[in-house]
Amino acid sequence: MITFEQVTKRFPDGTTAVTELDLDVPEGEVVVLVGPSGCGKTTTLRMVNRMVEPTSGRLFVDGRDALRIAPHELRRGIGYVIQAGGLFPHRTVTDNITTVPRLLGWERERATRRARELMELVGLDAVVADRYPHQLSGGQQQRVGVARALAVDPPILLMDEPFGAVDPIVRARLQQEMLRLQAEVRKTIVFVTHDIDEAIAMGDRIAILNVGGVLEQFATPAELLAKPANAFVADFLGEERGLKRLSLRKVSEVTADPGPVVGADASAADAGRVAAEHGTDWVVVVDDDRHLVGWATVDELGDAARLGELDLQQPRLFVYAENSLRAALNAMVSSRVGVAVRLGPQGTYEGVVTHEILSAELLR
Amino acid sequence: MSLSAVPTVTAQAGGQPGVDWAWIERNAGYIGEQFVEHLLLTSIPVALGFVIASALGLAAVRWPVLYGPLLSVTGLLFTIPSLALFVLLIAFTGLTIWTAVIPLTVYTLLILLRNIVEGFRGVPAAVRDAATAMGFRGVRRILHVELPLALPVVFAGIRIATVTTIGLVTVSSLVGQGGLGQLFLDGFYRSFPTPLYVGLVLSVALAVTADLLLLALQRALTPWTRTVS
Ligand SMILES: Nc1ncnc2c1ncn2[C@@H]1O[C@H](COP(=O)(O)OP(=O)(O)OP(=O)(O)O)[C@@H](O)[C@H]1O
Ligand SMILES: [Mg+2]
Repeated sequence: MITFEQVTKRFPDGTTAVTELDLDVPEGEVVVLVGPSGCGKTTTLRMVNRMVEPTSGRLFVDGRDALRIAPHELRRGIGYVIQAGGLFPHRTVTDNITTVPRLLGWERERATRRARELMELVGLDAVVADRYPHQLSGGQQQRVGVARALAVDPPILLMDEPFGAVDPIVRARLQQEMLRLQAEVRKTIVFVTHDIDEAIAMGDRIAILNVGGVLEQFATPAELLAKPANAFVADFLGEERGLKRLSLRKVSEVTADPGPVVGADASAADAGRVAAEHGTDWVVVVDDDRHLVGWATVDELGDAARLGELDLQQPRLFVYAENSLRAALNAMVSSRVGVAVRLGPQGTYEGVVTHEILSAELLR
Repeated sequence: MSLSAVPTVTAQAGGQPGVDWAWIERNAGYIGEQFVEHLLLTSIPVALGFVIASALGLAAVRWPVLYGPLLSVTGLLFTIPSLALFVLLIAFTGLTIWTAVIPLTVYTLLILLRNIVEGFRGVPAAVRDAATAMGFRGVRRILHVELPLALPVVFAGIRIATVTTIGLVTVSSLVGQGGLGQLFLDGFYRSFPTPLYVGLVLSVALAVTADLLLLALQRALTPWTRTVS
């Protein structure tokens, strides 16, 4: 959808912001540009809508040579979102959102209807429609920025550190909402951030840039974390690469260990035998419907004839299929016996995720 | 009026400090005429100055190299003593209204130009970028994005220029114009303070009223600057 071919940008003062960049942004995907400050992320982004003109190289947008399209025409098909939205302080929320439709000559009524629709889409309460930007919270301003960029349904969105000005909690929520929105609208998005965690959370693919706009690696988050191309990339990904990889994988992607499991009717002796078979000193107890009753260490059981009658311990945390492996790790380290108990949708016992399973995943 | 009258008057100055209300009543029509003339001698120069400064200002915004030289020239004009400029112009425009209007216009230029340019330059970069990215160009961009955001600073300039001009108008009474300034001369030459008081009170009232009206207009035009919570 967007293709850079050997694109270089040198500013008149001699600064080379982007060096011979080759990059392909597939249709309907989110490509995140990430890298240290001054590495040319914004410059790269702005070449797409020709707010910055490349010094050399070729640039294609939707199969057309972008350098041969009149800039204002090119920009109609490209929404642009910047930090705090770059909102017009003198226009109300509705007027901000309807800016481009009005520029294109839409009737006021149609434009206003569209604004209502978009406000709902981005999760803005209708009561803010007539407010000015300075009367909104940072998160609301950001949503207005996104709504405004989507006004005429452009196929491409450029986002330059869109969530840079809000606190971490709001940021995480906006990221989640953006992903939900993207699942619905399927835009081709180029997203700039200097936060690697945001890149991993948002990107279908990530381009890691170095100073001078040198592309160090372009890959999916999982590939990047598993096989960083060089020391710069590894360094940029940080020390918690293993944890980040785990956060990308779901519990459903690994096969849980059945674990030392016994029925509620079993005796202490049965439990001892099952535990020994599994090489553990504890068992999980389930009822006839495989609902979890609890767990216990073998020496706690004494000579009980029926485990279901005992007051068993409950795991502090459970994991479900849709949780990340990182959540499983968290449940594991919070558990006295070092495993994460996996439950099904109806609360049925589905096995345990063990340390060995996670290590094997990371080594793959 | 001959200048030889001046010493005689000075000798008698301070004779009768009270306000002669009867004089005011008798001359109400005359006072009204001077007031209207004062209004014209203020509004015409400010309006003309605004038109010229806007053209210069937009050029300076478009081509920043022009700004320095334009500031120097208008700044230099601003330093010419007003009386000298009025008297100098008599040779070209005689005792017409232009003798007052031209210098008064010239004096507004520096303030208006500076505020127009600073106003436009004060538009946040992010807002400019957003406007560009949305395809705003040319006149539309100026009218819909830049001008509204520059307005508070531009208006501050208009207010200063207006109040300054209201004061300066009185000086042009020496070349036969001057609006309320004529009342000062009357009082001075006849060493009769009532017209002086009237002129003073009216010109101060005019300045204050004009300033408040412009402020009200600015607020009406920039509703987003009024913080409603
Ligand atoms: N208009 C310009 N003229 C000259 N140099 C520029 C210009 N714009 C950017 N640069 C330089 O180009 C380089 C890349 O800038 P750019 O803004 O693309 O970086 P960035 O990766 O977006 O950084 P940040 O994370 O700080 O936003 C920097 O060295 C910057 O100083
Ligand atoms: Mg940047």
